[in-house]
Amino acid sequence: MMRVYVEGVGLCGPGLDAWNASLNVLAGVADYLPAPTVVPPSALLPANERRRAVQTVKIALAVGAEAFAAAARDPAETATVLTSSGGDGETIDQILTVLASPNRELSPTRFHNSVHNAPAGYWSIATGSQAASSSLCCHDDSFAAGLLEAAAQAVTEHCAVGLIAYDIRYPPPLSLVRPIGAAFAAALVLSPAPTPAAFAAIEVTLGPAAAPTAAPPALEALRRDTPAARSLPLLAALARNAPSSVTLGYLDLALALNILPLRDSRGQS
Amino acid sequence: MTPSGTARARMRPLAIGDLSLVSSLGAGRAATLAALRDGKSGLSPCTFESLPFPTYTGEVPNLDSQPLTGEFAGFDCRNNRLAMLALRQDGFLDSVAAATARHGASRIGVFVGTSTSGLLQTETAYRRRDAATGSLPPDFDYDRTHNTYSLARFVRAVCGVHGPAFVVSAACAATAKAFASAARMIAAGICDAAIVGGADTLCATTLYGFHSLGVIAPEPCRPFGADRQGISIGEAAGFALLERPAAHHDSATILLLGVGESADAHHMSSPHPEGIGARLAMQRALAAAGLETAAIDYINLHGTATPVGDVAEDHAVFSLFGAGPPCSSTKGFTGHTLGASGAIEAAICALAIRHSLLPGSPHTGGVDPAFRSHYVRESRNARIDRAMSNSFGFGGSNCSLILGRAA
Repeated sequence: MMRVYVEGVGLCGPGLDAWNASLNVLAGVADYLPAPTVVPPSALLPANERRRAVQTVKIALAVGAEAFAAAARDPAETATVLTSSGGDGETIDQILTVLASPNRELSPTRFHNSVHNAPAGYWSIATGSQAASSSLCCHDDSFAAGLLEAAAQAVTEHCAVGLIAYDIRYPPPLSLVRPIGAAFAAALVLSPAPTPAAFAAIEVTLGPAAAPTAAPPALEALRRDTPAARSLPLLAALARNAPSSVTLGYLDLALALNILPLRDSRGQS
Repeated sequence: MTPSGTARARMRPLAIGDLSLVSSLGAGRAATLAALRDGKSGLSPCTFESLPFPTYTGEVPNLDSQPLTGEFAGFDCRNNRLAMLALRQDGFLDSVAAATARHGASRIGVFVGTSTSGLLQTETAYRRRDAATGSLPPDFDYDRTHNTYSLARFVRAVCGVHGPAFVVSAACAATAKAFASAARMIAAGICDAAIVGGADTLCATTLYGFHSLGVIAPEPCRPFGADRQGISIGEAAGFALLERPAAHHDSATILLLGVGESADAHHMSSPHPEGIGARLAMQRALAAAGLETAAIDYINLHGTATPVGDVAEDHAVFSLFGAGPPCSSTKGFTGHTLGASGAIEAAICALAIRHSLLPGSPHTGGVDPAFRSHYVRESRNARIDRAMSNSFGFGGSNCSLILGRAA
């Protein structure tokens, strides 16, 4: 079992505009109103980069910045784990369309944006962070894989870790072979020890396969449709701020999570 | 608690229980070692794609005639074919089976890296789109070929292990960083052993993509050469079995002593000109291993042969080691195998230690006279107790590994 402490959360999804704005919906005390995902402009990116940045970069940086602000932790000094079920399908589609055409010359910017760790690169540049950063993929279970990696890094290297999970919808024809629901991203700043900012502890145990915990009913379709939204049962437990258990599906295994509140999930003591 | 940007916890050494690799130098350890000894490069004029520019590639022959069949047919793509070829070399699967018997299948993790996974499969599928609907051909299996996780899923299936798994995809540092993830998982008690490494294969995206950046050489690449013109792309797969040192390991066992990761915070596709991030990764690997620079006998450089990349790495190595240990890039042998470079260059370091071989650098004529690190061009015999392997990638992602002799 690994125990990590949640210092800050970031959230961006359809009708879920930010962590604090979504607490009541996640806790089941307010109605969920579906709406297209709106990614807030990132203060981390300079204006010209903000216009050029691809959707995966924008949404990853938005939730990361929100979580680090809530944690009052310096991203320049903090390791990160980024995780996505497949990365930037829009950029891949553009490259593959060019490569299937008579003139195969690619744009160099599009090419460097095509790597799975492009959001990690932009995050490092935007925050000035030279800390270690992993970029992971585990198909539908990418959030669980990222949480496992982030917790393992926090407890073995005795350091805080920012976890950022994100997924965007693919354009056709990729969407026909890889349907993904609305764009969704979530971030957690995790610490290996309690800190003034920490509002809950998560105990993470890898175990045999078990039925995953559903999201609150209104959000369950989102959980199923967008891999990064597999984080919703954990986010709902953190928002309810009561001791609870959550099971995340992970390959032919499962992650059993115990959520232990320390104080108010809005970050107020 | 130490800030994650500075000091690092000491790492408990891990045993490399077995390793296997395939590149344009050949399949398996013996073929690789023979080519390294003889200074025989695997680069040849590119015949893989009808490119509108000249270049050399390190292509693994005959992958087209080795389809995956039976229970693995759905995984069939160039990247998984190459991974299968590597898994089948040198009794690697027997070592995995023995580890499974020791620890149990659910205690063996799979942490492997790739940059482009089975992307070539989708490139081909886009050229076969239905003219009327634009849809991809019905035989295209996205999940088991193109998706970045496909490689770990495939390795897990072939090896019959059921522990934690994911793919690390951090461009050309991917497979080096897979060692870092595996070391953390074993240290945290999440698994007892791990299959690490990975594969990357030739595809149009990388050939045209690196060409668009102006970093593809028209000739075989000349790492650290005065007349270097850029990279030659190669393909490779390499795997290692990592576990805690135990009674069945002996003095011939190679250990993973340290891992250091950093980010440049500089540019998406160019390294920091002074190699600040590269230097940090090397320093963190030394700190994790509890070693001083004088303990390193050989550095396998990232050394891709781009004008700016080699300058940055020379600067980083000299600023940390002085003119110290002999170093070389083996990309003149294999080409730049992109995401696979970390795994196969770690394997080359293990071979260098075990067989007292200091690999040289074919095609590098005269070394850049401005460079100050101790660059080696000719392969020669030399006792190597500890070697460092550097891997740096897009997004400013850096990783250094330190391997050493058990006794």
